[in-house]
Amino acid sequence: MSLQNASGIERNAHHTESYARHPGLNLGAAHAQEEDTREEMVFGFWVFMMSDLIIFGLLFATYVTMLGGTAGGPGPKELFEMKSAFIETMLLLTSSFTFGMASLALKYREDKSRLVFWLVVTLLLGVGFLFFELKDFHTMFDKGGVPSRSGYLSAFFSLVPLHGLHVTGACIWLVALLGQMAVHGLDAPVKTGILRLAILWHFLDIVWIGIFSLVYLGGLS
Amino acid sequence: MSARQLDEHEARECRAEQRSYVWGFALALVLTLIPFALVAFTDIKQMTLWITIGICALVQVIVHLRFFMHITFAKNKREDLLLILFTVLILVILCGGTLWILFDLYQRMLPGMMP
Repeated sequence: MSLQNASGIERNAHHTESYARHPGLNLGAAHAQEEDTREEMVFGFWVFMMSDLIIFGLLFATYVTMLGGTAGGPGPKELFEMKSAFIETMLLLTSSFTFGMASLALKYREDKSRLVFWLVVTLLLGVGFLFFELKDFHTMFDKGGVPSRSGYLSAFFSLVPLHGLHVTGACIWLVALLGQMAVHGLDAPVKTGILRLAILWHFLDIVWIGIFSLVYLGGLS
Repeated sequence: MSARQLDEHEARECRAEQRSYVWGFALALVLTLIPFALVAFTDIKQMTLWITIGICALVQVIVHLRFFMHITFAKNKREDLLLILFTVLILVILCGGTLWILFDLYQRMLPGMMP
């Protein structure tokens, strides 16, 4: 930034540039009022997500150390189904993309109907994911794969359902935000809420990459 | 509230961001399909397979961070990148230590626990 060049365009460019400081979507100059609160809130939420990452990472490590502890019970090859894991992966990945579309609808259009449309699509995909995951657990129980059966299964059921629980929480949060939007419209708290939920949603998708790679594909190969 | 009218600059920016999300989605799809297809339809050596799955997973995580969470190498994003890298460092120490200690223990005391 040269100081001599104080033309409006240059200043403006620098202005929007300085907004994009933290993860998730920067709302840009059109949302200046929300942008200031967003900075701290989103960064704080991001720090919290990192602590969640540590929990998941250690549960992954625990899972790996328990791979040999099947105690004569069923192991990954008997318990997992490739097709179901694939469907879950696709649902969650697509929901990450649709949430991105929702964020853009918020940033550029402030178009409530478009935003609600994408958020509802995201919610349905999230609920679909949970449905298939629960069906998976049910199949596992039928094959005798209950958490108390072996150390291996205890490790599995502390890792994968914890992710599912996070997704459940995120879905409930999404419903709450839709309710807030219906009552208050698109005010600043609702906007920052959506941005923080976006970070949680994308983060959960990243954790799922680890789960399908290590637990499902690693177990089936 | 109805849709805000975009000026030319904003419209261009909006299209660029949309494109970036679509790119991210396409890359993530490919990086998901590769490991699933390898496990489902091929019969390559287990070690090669695991390494491929691991690399695809790592690249996909980076794709998600870059295209969906907008973590880049830009100067004003350094804090976030450093936070992620620090968290990863802590994770490597904790997970690496856990695996090292426990598998060493299994080798010496509990051969039955080796997968």
